[in-house]
Amino acid sequence: MREYDYYPGCSLKGTGKPYEESLLAVFDALGARVDELEDWNCCGATAYMAVDELEAVALATRNLALAEQSGRDLLTPCNACWLVLNKTAGRLSNDTGLHNLVCTALESTCTVPRGEEAAPLTYTGSVSVRHPLDVLINDIGVDAITAKVTNPLQGITVAPYYGCQIVRPLSPFDNQDNPVTMDSLLGATGCTVLEDYPFKTRCCGASQMMTMPDVGLDLVSMLLADAAARGADIVAVACPLCQFNLEAYQGRLSGGNGEPVEMPILYFTQLIGLALGIDKKTLGLGRSFVNPERALAGRSLDE
Amino acid sequence: MATEVMVRSESDRDVEFAAWFTGLVGEQKLRACIHCGLCSGSCPLARHMDFGPRKLMYLAREGFADDVLGSDTIWLCTSCYACTVSCPQQIPVTDVMYALKRKAIESGKAPKHHPVPVMAKSFAKMVRRRGRMTEVFLIAGLALRSGIHRYLGMTGMGLNALRTGRVSLRRDSIKRHDELTRLLDAVAAHREKVTRP
Repeated sequence: MREYDYYPGCSLKGTGKPYEESLLAVFDALGARVDELEDWNCCGATAYMAVDELEAVALATRNLALAEQSGRDLLTPCNACWLVLNKTAGRLSNDTGLHNLVCTALESTCTVPRGEEAAPLTYTGSVSVRHPLDVLINDIGVDAITAKVTNPLQGITVAPYYGCQIVRPLSPFDNQDNPVTMDSLLGATGCTVLEDYPFKTRCCGASQMMTMPDVGLDLVSMLLADAAARGADIVAVACPLCQFNLEAYQGRLSGGNGEPVEMPILYFTQLIGLALGIDKKTLGLGRSFVNPERALAGRSLDE
Repeated sequence: MATEVMVRSESDRDVEFAAWFTGLVGEQKLRACIHCGLCSGSCPLARHMDFGPRKLMYLAREGFADDVLGSDTIWLCTSCYACTVSCPQQIPVTDVMYALKRKAIESGKAPKHHPVPVMAKSFAKMVRRRGRMTEVFLIAGLALRSGIHRYLGMTGMGLNALRTGRVSLRRDSIKRHDELTRLLDAVAAHREKVTRP
């Protein structure tokens, strides 16, 4: 059985809850074991790096060190967390001075439970931080997923939206300019994948939606209008920030012809889960702000 | 549309700032910038900025610290890395933006009450103390510190989040948050040693 440590990040415990629910359900259905990392802390995101560099590196390093204890790969579904942890791991392995500085501080201040005892927390640099798109494609495989599909999502057109930080500046498992891993996974569900969606890696606005809503709305309206114009019924995402930005403010947007925008935004794991016959509630579909029922109409979801 | 012309004179230059900025990327690399404008052209936020990243890099390398650190350009950057991957001279523009954000906060030149630096500081404070970020408390704090009027339009979204159980009203915290705070204090003591992005 494949086993992973799991780093949820703060969003998957709040607004991104349906991502966690569907991810865990899908991995379980595919026979992979996922254990939440013990006492993980915030990755630092983009905000901490804007305030203090060394502290931001230390935050990420503590998570890497906790993950190293098990020797398993660290499943990291949030694009922002995934990039922060990967970038930090890369910096520590390329910069011995930084590695020594941060890891010495780590060892003298932090511990990890070992049986009844608490051992000093160390980090040597061997953790592999992996996004579920990567794991599903390269460890589990599209064929294994296809083999378990009981409820193909035929007749639904889905636009795959990857966001930025999963392909830039690093792109260890996908094409930076035209990523296709989510396309392949969605293809396994039986839906029609919108192959020609040029905005698939354009920024959703990230936390600007919260700080400067007018700017965020401008970015999101383009992404949604283009997906709709190309015939998408649903936009699939792989990041909690993208999901929230694309979905939560649709009431404040109007389409090209002045009509309200109503585009369901689902995690790719929710769509895979539906195809695998997992029930809607388990997949967190009831937590959608924009009801996906109409887009999914004709599907028998509760088999 | 008329093009706005910026006129700056020698006396506006801050030579120390220029030297610090050059050190971020390295003299050779920074001078290799050919001002092709791909950073600004690829930036999805450029149209909302005081000026785009190309002009920012130019002003910074010549030492116009007040223009650079007081601009909203650095705070509108969402770290989408479009500029970084399109730069033909491999200048890590996004990482430079991070360094400028930190410098703007440190020097007190960040625009006052601008919601982005306000949010960044609240975020760091929350994570430093508890080890995790709880979304609803971050937004509430942001609204109080940068002007509640900005957030009235979000009421509907907030109600939706409550209705669907996507908001946690309990402040999340890690178990060993005291250890984490000690770790952050320990590395903070070495802050001056690492300056490169």
